Amino acid sequence: MPVLTRWYVKTAMLYLVIALLLGAVLAGNGLVPLPAFLLLAGPTQIHLFVVGWLTQLIFGIAYWMFPKATAEQPRGPDALAVLTYVCLNLGLLARVIGEPWQAVAPGVVAGGLLVASGVLQWLGGVGFAALTWPRVRGR
Amino acid sequence: MPRVSIWMIRSALVALVLGFSIGAIMLIGKGIGAFGGLSAAIPVHVELVVLGWMVQLAMGAALWILPRFGARGPARGAAWSWVAWALWNSGIVFVVGGAAGAPVVQLIGRLIELGAAIAFGAAVWSRVRASGISAM
Repeated sequence: MPVLTRWYVKTAMLYLVIALLLGAVLAGNGLVPLPAFLLLAGPTQIHLFVVGWLTQLIFGIAYWMFPKATAEQPRGPDALAVLTYVCLNLGLLARVIGEPWQAVAPGVVAGGLLVASGVLQWLGGVGFAALTWPRVRGR
Repeated sequence: MPRVSIWMIRSALVALVLGFSIGAIMLIGKGIGAFGGLSAAIPVHVELVVLGWMVQLAMGAALWILPRFGARGPARGAAWSWVAWALWNSGIVFVVGGAAGAPVVQLIGRLIELGAAIAFGAAVWSRVRASGISAM
């Protein structure tokens, strides 16, 4: 298993735990009054689960298992692969911080985090598609 | 990788880029305080990312990975898998197209997606069985 796949899969598992933990906290809202930034974290929780866990796990396993691109670069350019991982995760982290913050106290910094998050996650998705496209082929 | 898997997985990658693009635009809109009008795109974003990307990738990978039981050339049910690919993507196009306020178009899209799921089942059903090699 390539190093990057291990990073993807282990990061995905961390996000799964965090997403479920946040889900449990949100489910406790009726029992314990929650601060506003947590009450507004519903979209963040969904994206922790769908992007942080599901998408990231798919990216990692596809990077490992899909047919080789070339003999010289079996999984495509290494720099693009690492950049894809970094962009996806920095983008998601920016969202985790920026989205509840922007909902509670809108401002330039929180808004900037969301803009950065949108751009970074988009780059992560496009990077993965570019990296994977040539590997989706017959043997 | 069989040709139908190539088409399904590449279609899934296209849906991934489109879905992420819409998601990025909405998130940027939220960041600059212009999310109100963009929130209508949430169902399209979900359709592309969940059905277009994730489910379609799973179907394409399943058609690639599931055992062929020694079949040479196209696997069993290959014709059904092409029907599934065509219907699945047509259904998504209808659902996305109907998201702008045409519930009948969305209903047609959902029915086409149902047809795609049945066709996919027909394609893989006979390939899901004990191989005789594994103990489980």
